[in-house]
Formats: sequence, C-alpha cells, structure tokens
Amino acid sequence: MAAIPGGADHAHDHGHDHHPGGIMRWVTTTNHKDIGSMYLWFSFAMFIVGGIMALVIRAELFQPGLQVVDPDRFNQMTTLHGLIMVFGAIMPAFVGFANWMIPLMIGASDMAFARMNNWSFWLLPPAAILLTTSLLVPGGAAASGWTLYPPLTVQMGIGMDMAIFAVHILGISSIMGSINIVTTILNMRAPGMTLMKMPLFCWTWLITAYLVIAVMPVLAGAVTMILTDRHFGTSFFNAAGGGDPVLYQHIFWFFGHPEVYIIAIPAFGVVSQVIPAFSRKPLFGYASMVYATSSIAILSFIVWAHHMYTVGMPVAGQLYFMFATMLIAVPTGVKVFNWVATMWRGSLSFETPMLFSIGFLFLFTLGGFSGLVLSMTAVDVQLHDSYYVVAHFHYVMVAGALFSAYAGAYYWLPKWTGHMYDEKLGKLHFWLSIIFFNMTFFVQHFLGLAGMPRRIPDYSLQFAEFNMISSIGAFGFGLSQLVFLVVVLKCLKGGEKAPAKPWDGAEGLEWTVPSPAPHHTFETPPVLK
Amino acid sequence: MALYRGGSSIARRAWVGSGLFLSAGLARAEMRFNLQQPITELGQTVYDLHLLMTIVCGVIFVAVFGVMFWSVFVHRKSAGYKAATFHESTTVEILWTIVPVFILLGMAWPATKTILAMRDTSSPDITIKATGYQWKWGYDYLKGEGEGISFTSNLSTPQPQIRNEAGKGENYLLEVDNELVVPVGKKVRILTTANDVIHAWWVPALAVKQDAIPGFIRDTWFRAEQTGVFRGQCAELCGKDHGYMPVVVRVVTQDEYVDWVGKKKAELAAAADDPNKMYTVEELAPRGEKIFAANCAACHQANGQGLPPAFPALDGSKVVLGPQDGQIDVLLHGRQGTAMASFKHLSDTEIAAVITYTRNSWSNNTGEVVQPSDIKMAREE
Repeated sequence: MAAIPGGADHAHDHGHDHHPGGIMRWVTTTNHKDIGSMYLWFSFAMFIVGGIMALVIRAELFQPGLQVVDPDRFNQMTTLHGLIMVFGAIMPAFVGFANWMIPLMIGASDMAFARMNNWSFWLLPPAAILLTTSLLVPGGAAASGWTLYPPLTVQMGIGMDMAIFAVHILGISSIMGSINIVTTILNMRAPGMTLMKMPLFCWTWLITAYLVIAVMPVLAGAVTMILTDRHFGTSFFNAAGGGDPVLYQHIFWFFGHPEVYIIAIPAFGVVSQVIPAFSRKPLFGYASMVYATSSIAILSFIVWAHHMYTVGMPVAGQLYFMFATMLIAVPTGVKVFNWVATMWRGSLSFETPMLFSIGFLFLFTLGGFSGLVLSMTAVDVQLHDSYYVVAHFHYVMVAGALFSAYAGAYYWLPKWTGHMYDEKLGKLHFWLSIIFFNMTFFVQHFLGLAGMPRRIPDYSLQFAEFNMISSIGAFGFGLSQLVFLVVVLKCLKGGEKAPAKPWDGAEGLEWTVPSPAPHHTFETPPVLK
Repeated sequence: MALYRGGSSIARRAWVGSGLFLSAGLARAEMRFNLQQPITELGQTVYDLHLLMTIVCGVIFVAVFGVMFWSVFVHRKSAGYKAATFHESTTVEILWTIVPVFILLGMAWPATKTILAMRDTSSPDITIKATGYQWKWGYDYLKGEGEGISFTSNLSTPQPQIRNEAGKGENYLLEVDNELVVPVGKKVRILTTANDVIHAWWVPALAVKQDAIPGFIRDTWFRAEQTGVFRGQCAELCGKDHGYMPVVVRVVTQDEYVDWVGKKKAELAAAADDPNKMYTVEELAPRGEKIFAANCAACHQANGQGLPPAFPALDGSKVVLGPQDGQIDVLLHGRQGTAMASFKHLSDTEIAAVITYTRNSWSNNTGEVVQPSDIKMAREE
C-alpha cells in the first residue's frame, strides 16, 4: 500500500498535462476528486429520476380514482423509486463524499486502489440504464416493491431480471468502493493521525464500509435465488417445491436493516463535522460517538425481523426482535444528546450547512421516535405496511440522509469549486425543503394510523384530504430541489473567491489545502503534532 | 367511525387541502389523527399502548429540542455569545445511556403483555380460513357454528367509479359482494393462507393484520364487542390489483348469525351441482361468463383481449382454441413463472363452465362443450 502514494507522486509529478482531455478525462480518471465529483453528479441525476417517479406516484394519489397511471405502472413506479433512491441516489452520494473528503481529511494523496475506484464508479451508469430502461421492455419494470418479495417477483417479466442484474452490479460497485475506503483509512493516514484522532466522518465511513462488505453479498445471494426460482426450476421460495417465501424476507432484511444504517451512518458523520464547525466548539463526546456508532452497526445485524412482525413468527421471536430493536434507541439517543451538547454554549451561526444539520437533527429524531413506536410489536401489527411506515422511513431517509448530504454539499462546495455558494439561495433551498418535506410526509402518519395501506394506487374517500396535502407538498419539495442545482451551477461558474478555510470554526486537514483543492494534494504527507 | 363523505370537485378538495395545511385541524373535525376506534378489548390495549408511546416520545422530543432551540436562540454568534470549550464528560455520557434504558424497560413491560395476549389463539368459538387470491378473498368456515359455509368476497365498487366516470359511493373501494359475517362476543380465529402470492388480511378496527402466505397457514383472532360493519384492505403488495381487494367484516348478534348461517347453507345446497350431469353450450356459457367476470377479467379483460404481454389475450388464443386438455391443465395447475395461478379451488362445474365460455366467446367459436366430468378426470390424473 505504501508504494502507491509514493508511486503516484512520481508518475504524475504535478502535471495535469498528460491527462486525456474532454470526455476521456472522466472515463479514464483515477483521481479521487474527479471520481468523487462523478459520484455526486451521478447521484444527483438519479435523485432527479427517482424524484420524478415519486411525483408520478403523488400525482396519481392526488385524489381518489385512477387518473395518471394504471395500477401496474404505479407499482413499477414505487419499485423503481425505491431502488433508484436507495442504490442510485443516497448510497453513491455518500460514496462521493467519501472519495472527495476522506483522502483530504486523513492527509492521503488519493484512495488506496485508484484504478479500482474508477471501475467502482463506472459500474453505476450501466446499472442505472438497466433500471430505467426496464420501464420500456415488454411487461414493464419490476412491480414488486423495492423489497422484491417472492412469489410476486416470480410472476414478473424481463424487467425483473434487469432489476436483479442491476442490483448485482450496484452491489459489486458498493463492495469495491467499501474495500477501497477501508484500505485507505487503515493504511494511508498521515503520520500522527491515530484512529481516535480521525475526523468523525472517517470513522462513520469506516464502520459503514464494513457493513456494506458484510451485507451486500447477502442481498446478491437473495436476488440470485429469485433469479434461479424464475428461470432454472429451483424452489427456494416456493412452498409447492419445498421452499418458503418467508425465507426470502429473512435474508432480505438481514441485508435490509444494516442497509438502513449504511445510509444513515455516513449522514451522522457529515453532521458531526458540520455542527462543531458552526458551533465553534469541538464535538462533544468524540469517543462516545465512535462507540455509539459502532454499537448501532453491530445491533443493526440482530434486529432484522422487526420488518416482519406480521409474517407469523413464533411469539418468542417477536419478543426478542422487539427488545433488540428498542435497544438501538440507546446509542442513537447518545448521538443526538452529543450533538445537542455540542451546540450548547457554542457560538452558533446559521449558514446553510448548519441549517440543514439542525433540520437533520430535528427531523431525523422525529423519524427515530416513530421508529420506536413501530418497534412495539403489538403496535406495529397495526401500522405495518401502512402509510405510517412510509412516513417513518422518509423522515429517516430524506430528512435524515438527504438533508445531511445537503449539509455536506454546502459545507464543502467552497473547497470543491473555489467559490462561495449563494447563501441567500442556499437558505431559500433549506426553508422550502423543510416546509414542503413536512407537508408531504407529516400527514402520512395520520393516513397510516387511519388505516391506509402503502403501495396502493387508489384509496377510499376518508383518506382524500391528507393525500391531497401530501401531493401538493411533494411537488413543492421536488421543485425546491432545483434551487440546489442552480446554487451548484452558479458556484461552479464563479462567485466570491473562497479562502482555504472559509468557515472560521472548521477544523481538519481538508482546510489546510487551497480552495479549490488542487488536482493532487498531500503528495508528501502532512505531519500532525 | 364517521367516514368522510364529500363532494368530489377537484377545486373544492384542493381548497380544503391547502386550507387545512394553513389552519390545521380547523377545516374538518371528521379527519382522523389517531388509530381507528377499536371494537375489541385487545384493540383497545393496542390503542392505549400506541397513545402512551406517542406521549412519552413527544415529551422526550420536546425536552431535548427545547434545550436545542434554547441554544439556537441564546448561544448565537450574532448575539456576541462566546463559545465554551468543554467537549466531554463521562458522567453525563453514562447518565444519558442509563436513563433511556430504564425508560425503554418501562415501555417494554406493557408491550410484552399485549403481544402475549395477541398471540393466544387457543379455544376459539369459530374458526374461519381466509385465503388470499389475486385479487379477492375466499372464506371457509371450518369449525363452530356455520361450519361448511364457503364463499369468495370480491370488490363490488363498479369500474366506472374507479375510472372517474361515475360519482364515488360512500364506501368506495371498501365494499364487497359477500361480507364475512361473524357473531358478536365470540372468539373468532382466522387462519390465513394464499393461493398465489403473499397477501395480508387487515381490519384496523379489529386490530388484526396477518400475512397470508401461499403454502403455509398462519393464524390470528379477534372477539368483536359491538355489532356493525368494519372495513379493511389487503396490506401486502400482491400485484396489479393490490389496492382492490378489501376485507369487510359484518359483526351481527347471535340470533342474526343463526339466521344468516341457515340462509347461507340453503343457498349453497341449492347451488350445488351434480358432477355427472352433461351440459350444452347454452347451459354452461352464461354461468361461465359470470365466473370469468369474477376470476379472470381482471387480467384477461372482459373483452378477452388481455393486457399483453403480461396477461395474454384469450380471444384467438392458441391455448383456448387448441386441445381441451391443454387449457384444462393451465386452469388446474397454473403456469409456472407467470401471473397465471392455479384455479383448482373452483368446482369441476365452474371450471368446465368458464372453459366452455372462453371457447365460445368473442371471435372464438369452437362450439365445444367441456363437461364437469372432463375436469374431474383431469384432476385425478
């Protein structure tokens, strides 16, 4: 490993000149900053695609009756929206942050496996093409929900096979990305940077990368079994052939629950960088944050069946999974308390990254509490597969992961582009997002409580008002995200020159290099005191 | 239980919708903000447990974010507040690890008691099997009063209402042709299973939701404490018409139940078919048309054109116009790897009727009759 920083140093020696230009620069690049940018752009593009699908869903649900799409298309929309947002938007966004920032934060010259890094990224577009074009094939896209439960998945057309193949490719990409991150963090830290001195963002990614490596193969196995059930006469999930449809759910959620934390933990990391910077006070309880994050990761492996309280598990199983699930509230609580304690008696200012972080903290905790309500088996039996669950996981995924990604993007935009972003537009983006987000999803709690199942294209009249509010909110939220695009484009084109360290409270090696960060940084490792 | 029954003009809804957002709660007192009012003792326990949890979470939420917002308003740089430097305290960390553990233990106790009660399906008065089909429910009264009764329960909302060509009724999408009827005050055990994919049998007012899994039997129970009609839906995504397979339970007094059982049994006896009777096309096809509408039209469409490629046309189909054995085989065993499930739960006469209908409808004109005895023979093979 040690050979790579030195080797890169020698081969490139400050010349961008022998890089291919134009499109080939991006196809052949092994530079962590280029690859990080591509990840971020890719994830934003997927976010727009998945968002349009969400708007088709909300347009159909604007009022009772069928207006926009037929039920089959509707199911395809919910399925692809889920798959694209989870695997195409959120996960690549945080891998993008990892690529850009981890080498800068630990004082490394690049990622450990620079060429594999290129391949990890370039696997994503084919997977995205498979997923989106599956809408056009006979029979349409997979329409079984992103959870892909058999035996329904066995009934689908070729679109299902395309989705399975896409999941395989995305899984390979994430595993390679994670191996790269683990190796980089463990081997390429600057002299003097011990593990317990690393920025918390690196810690959260180290833990996340282990989660990815552990569970992605499990998902690949599950979808492969579906593939062989579909085409090669096996009966893993077919009771008539000696299999069990519930087996799939166990395997899927053994992947699926850690997946939730694969999305949430890097978000915790970003927020843990931003809140201290704008509180002008060190992160409270750094060590306890590391331990809490690790505990969450470990617990995430032993709670999966709380997604399956209604499949008819033995009562002992239900009790065990309930207790284990409730336990997750403890380390999660510790994290929230630490963030609040970081802000306490700080000297706070509210630039856009801080606003998104506070929005994250407030709404993610709300999603955590609805999660605690759902952990109670008896209550969950009522709320399972209802809109309450939809509201819950959008509080965690959107107000949690997405808001944190925005916090990170605004925080590091000056470092990436060399320009300050438009603060007014940034704040506008935040306020529009938080208002429309709550308008969209808060009312869905009530829909779920009143008994509206999820994944239905049409509903009875008692649900009409809240659905209408939710749909209006969704369109508002969707359009607000274009403000972000404007901010980024403006920032790329020009604007106030950013200093090396644009935030007076920010700490870390990334602020010791100029803005924009030069193509090659830390070719000689910095020395920490 | 007041359901919203309102007009349907988009403008009015939009106005109500946005009005509500601005002045939450004022616009419609009828709107629900909590679980449906339960009609079982267990349901009441769940209702109370949820309320308790929500209140505890709400109090903690307000306390934590009270602190945060205090900080947001007071500890501002713009107000000249200077940052403190503290950044760790083992005592505090231990405290806010231990205290939540005790709060959780307090919550776990009532939650555990409720689950144990919920899962006790022993000594029921009546046992009913609910079978999920794409996309309807079948009910078989297996034990207790009414034993032997068996029927299917289809959505009865007319298509024009769904397609917005007619005004929507009060129970839009939550109404069926045959309701599940049970007596008040009796412990009813529901066995769930499915014919094709996973469904879930859910009635919120009964606090019951149980997945129906093909090839397996699961169970749940309820004891209704008041009469009335209670409506729910399939809760597990089960394909195209997942949103169109409601569950409707009518809880009646014991006397009404006895009457209903008598009537239903007489109906079933009258409808029983002689399996050896030989029919003509004219006798079988009209019956087949009804069976087709209830079982086949959702995919293959009333005009026989299907929704290709997932759901092929029957009009001009090679299978329908080919040898009878081939078509009988598809109906009895389904088509592996496609949405075509087995329909062997239909009677010999019903399968014979529906095959006869498809062979003599639309442009199909074979003039052939498939007899119930043919189906019986095919089943025995």
